[in-house]
Amino acid sequence: MTSSTLVSLQNVSKQYKKLNVLNSVDMHLNEGEVLGLFGHNGAGKTTMMKLILGVISPNIGRVSVMGVAPDSKEAWYMRAKMGYLPENVSFYEQLTGLEVLTYFAKLKGFNKEHAIKLLEQVGVDHAMKRQVKTYSKGMRQRLGLAQAFIGQPKLLLLDEPTVGLDPIATADFYKTVDQLKTQGTSVILCSHVLPGVEQHIDRALILSAGNVLAMGTLAELRQQANLPVVINHTGLNGCVRDDSKLSPFMTQHPSILHVPEHEKLETLRHLLAYEYLDDLHVESANLEQVYQHYLANHSADKATLKANGKGTK
Amino acid sequence: MMKEILTVANKEFHDGLRNRWLISITVIFAVLSIGLTYFGAAASGTVGMVSLSTTVASLASLAVFLIPLIALLLSYDSFVGEQESGTLLLLLTYPLSKTQLLLGKFLGQGSIIALATLLGFGASAVLLFVQTSNTDIITTFGMFIMSAILLGLSFTAIAYTISLVVSEKSKAAGFALIIWFLFALAFDLALLALLVSVDQGISQQGLTQLMMLNPADIFRLINLAGLDNSDVNGALAIAIKSSLSQGQLISIMIVWVIAPLVIANLIFKKKNI
Repeated sequence: MTSSTLVSLQNVSKQYKKLNVLNSVDMHLNEGEVLGLFGHNGAGKTTMMKLILGVISPNIGRVSVMGVAPDSKEAWYMRAKMGYLPENVSFYEQLTGLEVLTYFAKLKGFNKEHAIKLLEQVGVDHAMKRQVKTYSKGMRQRLGLAQAFIGQPKLLLLDEPTVGLDPIATADFYKTVDQLKTQGTSVILCSHVLPGVEQHIDRALILSAGNVLAMGTLAELRQQANLPVVINHTGLNGCVRDDSKLSPFMTQHPSILHVPEHEKLETLRHLLAYEYLDDLHVESANLEQVYQHYLANHSADKATLKANGKGTK
Repeated sequence: MMKEILTVANKEFHDGLRNRWLISITVIFAVLSIGLTYFGAAASGTVGMVSLSTTVASLASLAVFLIPLIALLLSYDSFVGEQESGTLLLLLTYPLSKTQLLLGKFLGQGSIIALATLLGFGASAVLLFVQTSNTDIITTFGMFIMSAILLGLSFTAIAYTISLVVSEKSKAAGFALIIWFLFALAFDLALLALLVSVDQGISQQGLTQLMMLNPADIFRLINLAGLDNSDVNGALAIAIKSSLSQGQLISIMIVWVIAPLVIANLIFKKKNI
């Protein structure tokens, strides 16, 4: 662990009544790092965020944010340095956007001018004098983001930030995240929407039923998962079958090859040597496939575990 | 520490203004008190003023139903409503303690109730005073308004307790209605039944002590104490002859404001959001 570690969870478990929501989770987040938190509904993502925010306390293990336990009294001062966007929050409907944001800004020790600046930043300043109940879903989400950005936080926790945003607003949002990152802000990003996230996260953490299935950079995860590169070629027709170098990679579809990552370049060179090759399309495993791989592996493990358990009884 | 409480209080107070709570309650109280003051004698066939103590007595017997109902209506969804919309969780991630949030809300909504009571009932007091220049009006109405405010604050705090115990808004509404029914209606009937059915009869002391368990009854005692026996009947008449002073009654009323607030705060601290 380096001195720039901002958040760390060590062997953290959390139970609600008898239900295990998190199982000995270890993770850490460095300054200026963006972590993607992925998992199905009920995987424990929101619980993890609540633990980091200090709203709940772990049953076992240690949570540390900026060097202190977030649920302790000493953590008070750093709460103003954290921004949080909850999932499905609906702000005070009868207030205007500006009134809502001014209220939250004041609670963090900022004024109305700061609120107006943030509303301009997320692009709802044109509607800031209107009641929130007239806002569209996208505008509400932007208001929520503005709320999370109050006071230039050092740590941002965003639960499904792009839900309800149109593609342009989503692009704007990621631009802001990239910007905050260069200013040293750490971000934990929780999302179901996998495409589009990968360019903006440094590392990914995959959770399932309270267990960490995988954590690392996308390249690391890809390597661990050992997912093949998909090469889609046209113009070669039947000669792939006869090529001893290419035939092992063939799939049911004759024009699609599944090549291991480390043999990618060699295979490509080999393919390019064919002069009647018309087109090539190369695609590394994306986040979604990596995610599916880990989840499928996990459920397969569980199935064998169950089967073994039954066998010994 | 105080700044956060005031920020929350300010928001809650403005919500009360925006939702027309302040103006509605003030108008209801004003119409009620001016009506009773000037037409209180209508029941006996004449139009005109009745005695000051009778006016306050009839005001009190109406206010004892209205004020708890209004306070419960104003505040029952204060926490459960924010919990349902997700803003409660968000607020708790702010540099704002649960106690500060509770006190802020209490200060804001309590001010709405207090101000409406003062303006609404104060209006008829001022009118009466201008017409008769009787200084008794100020002291009698002063006591009435003060106890009415305490009654409102007490039920605001009780509403918070309800709002923090339940997890759905509709349940909170149901609970609030039951609490109102118990304190404003059922409690007195039960006392009366006890009085009639117990062979030996309960002592005057015992009855008064039982009445301390209900802030609505303390309010009644405070405002009916100045009356002649002929104006009051039932369980109250006996209790009025008890030895508790106005000061003592007011103090118990204040306990009825603080105790539910402390309980609400304890529940809030233990609550999983």
